[in-house]
Amino acid sequence: MYVSHLSLLDFRSYASADVELEPGVNAFVGRNGRGKTNLVEAIGYVATLGSHRVATDAPLIRSGADRAVVRTRIVRGDRASTVELEITQGKANRARINRGQAVRARDVLGVLRTVLFAPEDLSLVKGEPDGRRRFMDQLLVLMMPRVSAVLSEYERVLRQRSALLKSARASRRSGGSSRAESAAAELATLDVWDARLAELGAEILSLRIQLVDALRPAVAAAYEQVSDADGDAEIAYRSSLPALSAGNPPELSTGPGDNFADVGHLRDLLLEALVTARPQELERGVSLVGPHRDDLVLTLGGLPAKGYASHGESWSFALALRLASFRLLGGDPQNSADSPAFWDPDLGTDADPVLILDDVFAELDVRRRQRLGDLVLPARQVLVTAAVAEDIPAALEGVRFHVEPGTVTRD
Amino acid sequence: MYEGAVQDLIDELGRLPGVGPKSAQRIAFHLLATDDQEVKRLVDALTEVKLRVQFCALCGNVAEAERCRVCLDPRRSDDVICVVEEPKDVVAIERTREFRGRYHVLGGAINPIENVGPDDLRISELLARLADGTVQEVILATDPNVEGEATATYLSRLMAHMGITVSRLASGLPVGGDLEYADEVTLGRAFEGRRVIGNDK
Ligand SMILES: Nc1ncnc2c1ncn2[C@@H]1O[C@H](COP(=O)(O)OP(=O)(O)O)[C@@H](O)[C@H]1O
Ligand SMILES: [Mg+2]
Ligand SMILES: [Zn+2]
Repeated sequence: MYVSHLSLLDFRSYASADVELEPGVNAFVGRNGRGKTNLVEAIGYVATLGSHRVATDAPLIRSGADRAVVRTRIVRGDRASTVELEITQGKANRARINRGQAVRARDVLGVLRTVLFAPEDLSLVKGEPDGRRRFMDQLLVLMMPRVSAVLSEYERVLRQRSALLKSARASRRSGGSSRAESAAAELATLDVWDARLAELGAEILSLRIQLVDALRPAVAAAYEQVSDADGDAEIAYRSSLPALSAGNPPELSTGPGDNFADVGHLRDLLLEALVTARPQELERGVSLVGPHRDDLVLTLGGLPAKGYASHGESWSFALALRLASFRLLGGDPQNSADSPAFWDPDLGTDADPVLILDDVFAELDVRRRQRLGDLVLPARQVLVTAAVAEDIPAALEGVRFHVEPGTVTRD
Repeated sequence: MYEGAVQDLIDELGRLPGVGPKSAQRIAFHLLATDDQEVKRLVDALTEVKLRVQFCALCGNVAEAERCRVCLDPRRSDDVICVVEEPKDVVAIERTREFRGRYHVLGGAINPIENVGPDDLRISELLARLADGTVQEVILATDPNVEGEATATYLSRLMAHMGITVSRLASGLPVGGDLEYADEVTLGRAFEGRRVIGNDK
């Protein structure tokens, strides 16, 4: 698929902008701070309903304005759709598909698929587990939009359950018989939250385990390609469930005959772990069991990438994670495992996601630049940003845009 | 900040659900500009509602006497009780004309974030109504969101061994939503297609 048109209204530094894009390579060139990332951020937002730079929507609205509008035209096969998103401060986003009735923003997920690589991705390797969990979850949502509802419900259950644990802890601490009584009644509801947490948690866990399995060979291959070294890049899912985390990385791999990814089995394991953890949870007032405690473990030649890998190796690993995602989403039969969870009836019909490389080439030496250029060239559409045109490898010929504050002009 | 009386009004309005500081200010200035007759009607309506309207002693619905209209209606069946979160949900379900039983209004849903536990809801009153064996079925019509589901699960576990059929509205209601915003057709269908989640008769 590719984006054929982007129009912005009060998004970031743009009061208004209209850009016609082409399949193949589109490069945005302009000095730092001119608004290049803002453009590709808008496209990424339409695909994921989030920014790769900030956790909240407020900075996306041009300062002084009270709402931003992003409109994109997306071509897939011989069909075109328009997706329009209105981002309003402090309110739920509004969305429209093909100029129809307003729908929930969540309903636009799946229309556009993007894989974005940016300098921020270095934190996938060097940062905390929450970034890696977000990486897995975002990829799952791109593959199966319905997962977004599961994730947000899990999030809500978790918040409710944690609030309950906290207030139970507070009333235990303050003592008193009437308080103890009401604490007991509150605790009776903890079982209800446990059941829901286990149900939703098992679904998330199962999907993540299958995702990591499907991604593993693609990551190893992509790492070799970008680094031109036999680096032995491995990924593995690390669960907070004691029953699943025994053994060394790769801790979890689903092979024929085992039931690591079976939702019912995982739910039972979660319920069991919740029973074991309860005294500790009540003591500390936090939820200690579930996919919100898990991690994606990255190793290079058997050593954890975090803390051991060099700066260059970390870059290559982050890039390999994105390239592997790109291949998985495109349904490259060589890389997507025959996991039924990821069966997509639309695959093959121009499913290739739009690949976005934001300010990436400046960070790479000339050889890696060229290799990356060759790797992404076959993509249906690649959007590249760079401060100087010379940083973009020669192989990535295509359309060039010049970016100045507030305006984008095609060369 | 404004002069005393205006600021007091803004503060009071700001305490209402769904009214932020900006709206409170807008409403206050709207009222200032409105003619006295109209404002008097609003004041009277507020006074009347507090004087005349109370909550039904049996089901918790709004009532103009000790019992609400639904509880007083002799044509309705006593074998089935529909459990809802708020009086406005009674109105929504009445619009569907699918239901001829009685109601029980909980006064909310289990919501630890807002500090609402089972003790804060009219649950013991519900159990008391089930004690004499008249009621054969309880329909749990809490909102189709995380808190409503948790409340329904909690109640169904409480009633598991009482010899009562417990059912839950069919899915099809917009998930994450509010019962009152479901249209009549969808809500009616959810009623017809309710599924039994507990029955140990
Ligand atoms: N909400 C906003 N309102 C107005 N300007 C913004 C907003 N967010 C970012 N900017 C401006 O956008 C510019 C950065 O744009 P960016 O796309 O990150 O630059 P680059 O071309 O280096 O990628 C900065 O000048 C910043 O002040
Ligand atoms: Mg930039
Ligand atoms: Zn009544």
